[in-house]
Amino acid sequence: MDYEVVIGLEVHTQLRTESKLFSPAPVSYGEEPNHSVHPVCLALPGVLPVLNGQAVELAIRAALATHCEIHPYSVFARKNYFYPDLPKGYQISQYEEPLATGGWIDIELGEGLTKRVRLTRIHMEEDAGKSIHDSEITGGHATHVDLNRAGIPLLEIVSEPDLRSPAEAAAYLRTLRSILRYVDVTDADMEKGHFRCDANISLREPGTSEFGTRTELKNLNSFRFVEEALHAEIDRQGELLDDGVAVQQATMAFDASSQRTRVLRLKEDADDYRYFPDPDLIPLQIDLADIDRVRDELPELPEDRRARFREQYALSDDEAVQLTASRASAEFFEAAVVTQGSAKPIAKWMLRDLAQVLGQLEIGIEDVVLTPDQFAALVGLVEEGRVTPKSARELLPELVERGGDPTALASERGLEAVTDSGVLEGVVDQVIADHPEDVERYRAGEGKVLNFLMGQVMRRTEGKADPGAVRDLLSRRLS
Amino acid sequence: MEASSPLPSLRGVRDLLDSGEGTSVGIVNEALERADALDEALGAFTGMRAEGALEDAAAADARRAAGRTLSPLDGVPVAIKDNMVMEGEPTSCASRILEGFVSPYTSTVVERLRSRGAVIVGRTNLDEFAMGSSTEHSCFRPTSNPWDLDRAPGGSSGGSAVAVASRIVPAALGSDTGGSIRQPASHCGVVGMKPTYGRVSRWGLVAFASSLDQIGVFTRDAGDAALLLEAIAGHDPADSTSLREPVPRFSEELTGDISDLVIGLPREYFLDEGVDPGVLAAVRDGVSVLERAGAKVREVSLPHTRFAVATYYLIATAEASSNLARYDGVRYGRRAASATDLSQMYFLSRSEGFGEEVKRRIMLGTYVLSAGYYDAYYRKAQQVRALVLDDFQKAFDECDVIATPTCPETAFRLGEKTGDPLSMYLGDIYTVSANLAGIPGISVPCGMAGGLPAGLQLLGGPLQEATLLRAADVFQRLTSHHTAVPTAI
Repeated sequence: MDYEVVIGLEVHTQLRTESKLFSPAPVSYGEEPNHSVHPVCLALPGVLPVLNGQAVELAIRAALATHCEIHPYSVFARKNYFYPDLPKGYQISQYEEPLATGGWIDIELGEGLTKRVRLTRIHMEEDAGKSIHDSEITGGHATHVDLNRAGIPLLEIVSEPDLRSPAEAAAYLRTLRSILRYVDVTDADMEKGHFRCDANISLREPGTSEFGTRTELKNLNSFRFVEEALHAEIDRQGELLDDGVAVQQATMAFDASSQRTRVLRLKEDADDYRYFPDPDLIPLQIDLADIDRVRDELPELPEDRRARFREQYALSDDEAVQLTASRASAEFFEAAVVTQGSAKPIAKWMLRDLAQVLGQLEIGIEDVVLTPDQFAALVGLVEEGRVTPKSARELLPELVERGGDPTALASERGLEAVTDSGVLEGVVDQVIADHPEDVERYRAGEGKVLNFLMGQVMRRTEGKADPGAVRDLLSRRLS
Repeated sequence: MEASSPLPSLRGVRDLLDSGEGTSVGIVNEALERADALDEALGAFTGMRAEGALEDAAAADARRAAGRTLSPLDGVPVAIKDNMVMEGEPTSCASRILEGFVSPYTSTVVERLRSRGAVIVGRTNLDEFAMGSSTEHSCFRPTSNPWDLDRAPGGSSGGSAVAVASRIVPAALGSDTGGSIRQPASHCGVVGMKPTYGRVSRWGLVAFASSLDQIGVFTRDAGDAALLLEAIAGHDPADSTSLREPVPRFSEELTGDISDLVIGLPREYFLDEGVDPGVLAAVRDGVSVLERAGAKVREVSLPHTRFAVATYYLIATAEASSNLARYDGVRYGRRAASATDLSQMYFLSRSEGFGEEVKRRIMLGTYVLSAGYYDAYYRKAQQVRALVLDDFQKAFDECDVIATPTCPETAFRLGEKTGDPLSMYLGDIYTVSANLAGIPGISVPCGMAGGLPAGLQLLGGPLQEATLLRAADVFQRLTSHHTAVPTAI
């Protein structure tokens, strides 16, 4: 039977702060174990937490960018459980009174379709440390604990169960990540674990309004993983329901090698976290004036910029979506347009040729040495017919990696287009003379032979002739 | 038994130093010698800091010789309760679970004392993690009351109270979560003051119940308490619950005049039942001393007082159960050697490391916060807590200072209540409300009942420490109870 899939996601993203959420210890990555720590991170006797104002500012920014209502009064609570990498025996989080509730983001489903996904809440919490079980490191049966990560600020963003397929879940995560990176709240570096996802999923018969029993998939750390795990869990739950077996509420783990999900623990075995307001912290009170200030400082959001790009630069939906996928890409585009003046060719060159080079080099647009000015100059040369598209594509990888003046580089490489009409005419005449049979066929009405003749001209000019000029000249001579 | 000379009061020591009749090294040596002579009988200290203290004293003498004395505390020996950390020194909280722990950082109070030149001479005994009212629940040994060695000094800051009462040090710090300064001060015949919650930083105070814990002072009189408190009070950015209020020079507010004050007597606290008649008589006498000094006396009401002990034990145990979760054998302190897996490591380390009273409170607190019980216990207790605060606010509309007995009884015998924790908890009846409401309180010796000291407790509105100290100072100018030397040493 085909069931309707109901998915809600919980995302944990690392806030881009210099120090930890409740201690002055620096936020670091790749530091030697237990070196980015402070008495607070170690939960030494007598230490107290002090809230990091920068984290609050970033959290407000994230809440505004996702249209949430920010509460002027929110409370930090203790979530109590024992684990060796949880130094205090509790995690400081927000529970009954979170920072923000009730926002939404629009996700693109392709073919111009968008869907609004509602957010339940956004709150701040601290990360735990890391347990290292690897016997090569620990030298035997011991487990070692690294507290560098303990206390790093996280933002938890919980969606409503509005998603209806693994593809929608992936689109939601991509969009959310893009928004959060846009407003500079997080680096959301997946490899560093800056952006982690838990998924709640249930199935129900189409047309019913009640939710089925859900399971929670923990620690899905890449977009591909999320989709695969959800597919696997949909299969598992579907088979149970087909057999008339009830789904049990449980926490699941996904095994990528077998592409299967398995039960970690059933709900009745779930921990009682004994949440209560942390008496070491006073409630977080946020002035409306501060919210307004952060709102004023907020950069243009991807959805707004997308709409503006369509309007202002006459771009297609697809072009606008792709160009605004990251803030760096959108800003590169606009800077290049300012120089070149004409948006369409810049868009085309960015989305096709520049994207291809970046893919080959496995870098992002923020790593490009080529400036938007220089890129615009290159596109300009093509537009003016001074460099052929082929030559421009040849120059692009080097420019991307080293930057430089495209005009000078083209001339240095002898890749300036053959624009001298005398030279071009000579080559065209020579080609016509060398291929009398083809010329005959063309004149007999075989139009596509022109392409062959053009190819011959291009070869003899080493691709430096402007294809348009060659076509014109050939047509004229042969008519 | 006495082989050493009693130390003068804090201002007495200061005067000796100022006049050149004494040196800090000499006085600190006397304190160390007296501790050496008496402490086998008393058990007031968990550890002395002899070498470091003598170095600090020499530095204080050098400053004085150079005319660069830091404060009235410069060179004065002070003891700290062994739940306040100091870099390079052990902190035990009188618990086996902190075996071998040496702090790599210093508490704000110790930092402030030392920056003003005070010399930390030792750490004092307490009920394990400050949980108890007798200083019997210490992993080291019970502390004895210097008025009768078979009796408890009260607690949990019993070691600090005894160190001051026995004239080993002129001043000591304690912490007060439900009366842990005021009750032992009362039982030992010294002044003990708990300031407003947030007045003194808790950074480096090992937490028992975070919303109730407050560091305060033990001295022989209110004048000394004022000097010590003004040294340690004030905002600390490392403690989010620390108040951003300016701290008055308390020692300059002791005008000797209380004719402007109205003293409120809560009718619920002066019932003849449930309180030792001798204690009640001494407290009534104390109130009449204040009245004769010009204060007006009137009756007030604190109707929710009868819920205070229950409310206190719900909140305090809930917070404690969470605060003590960090003692898990993973990073520091005791780790059970015989454990073979993680849950055993937790179970054995904590079973071996904590004493009975601490375990009892962790279990109570865990229960209080459990799913299904939270609303009935913790949330309800917070609501009652608001009512208790409301009671005080209304009462302070009608008076400036509330006077009560500090404790319903004088010091009980060692072992008398260890089998009956509930009766020990009920002894906190007059002190816990101040912690629930976060208001300041002071206990002042007000006479003897059955050969043992009794205490008069004065409570004030938030930040009204100066008023309390002024009233206590007037009382002590007119009485001599605080000059009585304990009879058992």
